[in-house]
Amino acid sequence: MSSIADYALPNPVNQNRSGIIGRPVDRYEGPLKVSGTAPYAYEIETPSPPAYGALVTAEIGCGRIIAVDDAAARSAPGVKLVWHVFNPPSGQGEAGAKAYVQGQAVADPVLVNPVVRYFGQPVALVVADTSENANAAAGLVKVTYEQGAAEFDFEPLKATPTSADQDSHIGDFEAAFDAAPVKLDETYSTPIQNHCQMEPCATTAWWEEDRVVVHTSVQMIKRPQQLLAETLQIHIEKVHVMSRYIGGGFGGKGSHYEDLALAALAARDLKMPVKIAFTRQQMFNATVHRPATVQRVRLGATPDGRLTAMSLMAATHCARNEPFLERAAGFARALYAAPNRLTGHRLQLLDIAVASAMRAPGEASGMVSLEAAMDELAEKLGMDPIELRIRNEPDKHPETGQPWSTRQLVECMTDGAEKFGWARRNAKPGHIRDGRWMVGMGMAAAIRGNFLLPAKAALRVDAEGIIRLRQGMTDIGTGSYTILAQIAAETMGVALDKVVVEIGDSGFAPAPGSGGQFGAATAGSAALAGGMALRARLAEMAVADPGSPLHGAPVTAVDFRDGLVTAENRSETLASLVARLAPEGVEVEGSSSPAADIRDFASYSHGAQFAEVGVDTVTGEVRLRRMLGVFACGRILNEKTARSQITGGMIWGVGTALTETNRIDPRYGSLTGQDLGTYLAPVHADIANLDAYFLPEVDDKANPLGIKGVGEAGICGAAAAIANAVYNACGARVRDYPLTPDRVLQALGAF
Amino acid sequence: MRPFTYERAIDAAGAAKAAAKIPGARFLAGGTNLLDLMKLEIERPGHVIDIGRLPLADIVETADGGLRIGAMATNSAVASDRRVRTKFPVLAQAILSGASGQLRNKATVGGNLLQRTRCAYFYDPAKPCNKRQPGAGCSALAGLNRGHAILGASEACVAVNPSDMAVALSALEAMVEAVAPSGAMRSFAVDQTHRLPGDAPHIETNLETGELVTAIVLPPPPVGRQQYRKVRDRASYAGGLFSLAVAGKNLSLGAVALKPWRATKAEAALAGGASPAEAADAELSQTQGRGRNDFKLVLARRVITAALEEGGAR
Repeated sequence: MSSIADYALPNPVNQNRSGIIGRPVDRYEGPLKVSGTAPYAYEIETPSPPAYGALVTAEIGCGRIIAVDDAAARSAPGVKLVWHVFNPPSGQGEAGAKAYVQGQAVADPVLVNPVVRYFGQPVALVVADTSENANAAAGLVKVTYEQGAAEFDFEPLKATPTSADQDSHIGDFEAAFDAAPVKLDETYSTPIQNHCQMEPCATTAWWEEDRVVVHTSVQMIKRPQQLLAETLQIHIEKVHVMSRYIGGGFGGKGSHYEDLALAALAARDLKMPVKIAFTRQQMFNATVHRPATVQRVRLGATPDGRLTAMSLMAATHCARNEPFLERAAGFARALYAAPNRLTGHRLQLLDIAVASAMRAPGEASGMVSLEAAMDELAEKLGMDPIELRIRNEPDKHPETGQPWSTRQLVECMTDGAEKFGWARRNAKPGHIRDGRWMVGMGMAAAIRGNFLLPAKAALRVDAEGIIRLRQGMTDIGTGSYTILAQIAAETMGVALDKVVVEIGDSGFAPAPGSGGQFGAATAGSAALAGGMALRARLAEMAVADPGSPLHGAPVTAVDFRDGLVTAENRSETLASLVARLAPEGVEVEGSSSPAADIRDFASYSHGAQFAEVGVDTVTGEVRLRRMLGVFACGRILNEKTARSQITGGMIWGVGTALTETNRIDPRYGSLTGQDLGTYLAPVHADIANLDAYFLPEVDDKANPLGIKGVGEAGICGAAAAIANAVYNACGARVRDYPLTPDRVLQALGAF
Repeated sequence: MRPFTYERAIDAAGAAKAAAKIPGARFLAGGTNLLDLMKLEIERPGHVIDIGRLPLADIVETADGGLRIGAMATNSAVASDRRVRTKFPVLAQAILSGASGQLRNKATVGGNLLQRTRCAYFYDPAKPCNKRQPGAGCSALAGLNRGHAILGASEACVAVNPSDMAVALSALEAMVEAVAPSGAMRSFAVDQTHRLPGDAPHIETNLETGELVTAIVLPPPPVGRQQYRKVRDRASYAGGLFSLAVAGKNLSLGAVALKPWRATKAEAALAGGASPAEAADAELSQTQGRGRNDFKLVLARRVITAALEEGGAR
C-alpha cells in the first residue's frame, strides 16, 4: 500500500510539463450537450422500437393498498402491461435475497408490497406503445387505500439520538458556556429542499438473449448493477448498466428508483425495449430530498473574541424505513478552535418521502446556522466578523488533533476581503441606501471534507496513438469527462485531442462514481495510475524491441511527451511503436487506493463567501447584488469546470438563502411544491454579479494529484453570507431559511 | 394526458360555434397553461380547438387614442410594443413581471387573461379541490396557503388569479371583446371578466360556453403616472405575493383575490382627501387572512402606502 509520502513524488500531473492540467479547456462532451445530441438515458436509441412506461404513484402518505382496479387501463389504447401489487412483475428475487453477486446489494423487488410508506411511492406501472398512451392509461388505474397511522410533521422536540451517530463532547461545554463573558444562544432552521435535476430519473432497458442492457441516470454504476442482478435473479455479468450522460445528480441520483428494475422487468416480459421516466411532479415526492433541520447554536467567548465554548445541536428527520442522517453539525468539529465543544444530531422518523444526500449533505444545512451565529457574535463583541474567525483559527484539527493537509481558510477570507471591498462595509446595519434598496455586506467561511476512495481505470493506446480511457466513473455535469481527458493526456504526453474518454459503463474498470465531491480525486488518481501502468508496459516493449530506436535503453530512462516515446535523445512516435509491436493496441488497467496513512492528516476544501444584497424594506424583498467566493481546493485540474462547480454551489446557496423551500402538508404527508414554478430554485435574475476564484494550492497529502473536491465546497456557507448581508443591510436577523419577504418584514417589526 | 380530438380554427366565430357544440371543448392558444393542465389531467378536454392561426395578433391604435390588442398577440409582443411602452407603461411592466421570457414568447393576451390559478392544491389531482371537483372541499383553506387570497375569497376557494397583466388592465379600465357561438360580438370590462369564487369556484369567468375572447381594448391612457409594483419571492418567474397597478387615479391589486382587484375604496378615499395609509386601510378593512397568508395584509398596506407616497398622490 502506498504512503502519503508518495503523493509528493514527481508524477506527470504534478509536474504538468505540457501545462494541460489546470488549463480552462472546454467541456469534453460540451458540443454534444449544447447540440442536443448527447443521448441521455431516456433518449438512447433502442435496437428495436420501444414501449413506454408510466408510473402511478400513491395518493396517500401512509397505509395499505387494498384494491386496484386496472380494467380501464388494461383496455385502453396501446396498453401492453399493467403491474401493481395484485399483479406484480414475476421473476423477481425476494426482498433481501442474495444469491448472485458479492457486495452489499440484495434483491429489491418492485410492486410486491401493499404497504404505502410515503406519498408519491410508485404503486403501479403501465406500459404502452407510446408515452402518451401509457400516461393516459396510468390515469385510469384506480387504487383504493386504507389509511394508516402516520407521523408527517417534523417536530424537532420529538427527534431523538440515533445509534448511528454519537455526540462529540470535548471539555465541559455547559460549564464553559455558563461562565462565558459573552454568549450567544440562537436557533436556526432550514427547510426541505429538492434536487430539481434538469433530467428526471429515467431508464431505458432491453434484453439481448439472457443479458440485460440498461441505460439509466445514476451517479454510481456498480450498485444498480448489483441490485438488478439480485432483483432479476441473473448473474451480474449478464447485467450491463450504462449512465453516459446525466442531466444533474446533486446526490439525488446516488440512489436508484423504481424505473431501474421496472424497465428491465417489463423489457423481459414484453421482449422489447422499455423506457420509463419519472414526471417532473413525481420527482418531488417519489425520489429524495434534503431534510429540514432545526439547529441550536451556543457560543461562549471572551471579550477579545476567543471562543471558550461552542455547540451546534441539530435536529432533523428521515423516512421511517430508510435511515439517513443530515449531519448538520459535523463540519463544526473542524472549523473553529474552542476548548469546550458539544456537537450532535437528533433524528425523527417520519412517514414522508425519503430523505437523502443533497450537495454537501450536512455542511449545506449546518453552515447556515453556525456562520450566521458567528456574525451575530462578532456584532456582540464589536468585532469584525473576519477578525473573529481569524482569532479562532485552529492550528490543527480541533477535535482529532490531526495536522491539516493544507488549510488556507484565513487566506481565503483576507484575500477575498480585499478583492470584494470588505473594508467599505459599515458594521452598523441599515446605513447604506441605494434608491429603494438598503444595501449590506456579509461573509461566511466555507469548509467541506475531502475524500479519496479506491478506483480503477483502464487506458488503451491504439496504432494511431489515440489514448482511450475507460472507467466506470460518471459525469453528472461536473466535468469528469474533461478532467479525465486532461489527466490522461498529460500522463501519456499526448495532446488533448488524442484522448478519448469513455465512462458511465458497468463493463469498464470500476470506480465509485460521483458523490461527496470525491469524484475527481478518486477517478483521477486511478486514471493517473492507469496511465503510469500503460507507460511502464510501453517502455518495456520499446526497450526490448530491436526495431525501436529506444532498443536497449534502461526502462527508467523512457519518457512520454509530445506524442513521442523517448529515451536518451532517441525517440519514436507512440503510434509507430504501437503499430509495429501491437497493432491491435495495448490496454492496461491501473488502480489506486488511499494511502495507508492518509488519516494522519485532516483534509478539507476551504473557502470564504462574500455577498452584497439589497433589501427593500417596504416589501421585505432581498435581491443579491454581487457575490464572490474565494476557495482553496488544492490543485485545480480545470479552471473552467472547477469554477463552474463552485459558482453552481454558490448559486444553490443563493436559493437556500432566499427562495428554496418545500413544505410537507401534514394532512397528507406530501411535499406541496411539485414543479419548477412552485419550488423556487434561483433564476438568472436572482444571481446578478457572482464570481469565484481559487487561491494557488497543492495538497500533496490528499492524493497523488494534489487536488481537493470542488463539487460541494461552493454551497458551503453561501447562504449564511447572504443572511449576514441582509442583517447588515437593514438590521433584520432572520434565522429561518429562506429569507422570504414575509420573514424579513417580520424581523423588521412590520408585524 | 387523455386522448382528444383536434381541429384548427379558421375564423373566430366558427371557433366559438364549434366550442359550444362540443361539451368540454377547449381553445388552444399559446398552450402555456392548457397543455400543462392537460398533462396533469386537470384539464381533460375531449376536443381541442387550435386558435393559434386566427388573425388576431395585431395591435392597432383606436380612433380615440387607445389601443386594440388582438387576443392572439403574444405577451412579449405587447410588452415590447412601443405604443404600449410609452402610453401604457403599467401594462408593459406588468407583463414583463410575469412568467419567463420563454413563456411570454408563447403566451397570448387572451390566454393570459383566462389562465387558471396556480394554487398548488389545484395542481395536485391527489388533493381535494372545489375547482377541479365541485363539492370536494378546498385543501388550501386550512393548508399551506401563504400565497392565497385575502379578499373576496370563500370557504369554497381561497385561490388567487395569477395574472399580472390583468391587474394592469383592470387599472387601465380595459375592455374585453368576445365573439359568442351565435357570432354576436360583445364587449365588457376586464373587471367584469372573472368571478369571485363564492360557492362555485369552478365557474371562473362570466364568459358563455364557447365564447371566444378576440381582443383587449385599452381606452386612452389616464392622466397621471402609471406603475406596476410586484412583490415576489424570486426575482423572475414567480407568482406575486402582492402586486399593485397604478394608472392615474386608478388602483388595482394583484395576488389578493381570484380576480384582479380594483381598489375602488382606496380610490374613493383618496378622492375624499385621505392619506395614502388611510386609503390603503379603506381598501383592506375587509381582508381575511387564512393563517399563513396573514402577512399579505401588512404587505399590501405597506406597498400601497409607499407607492402613493412616492407618487405624491392624495
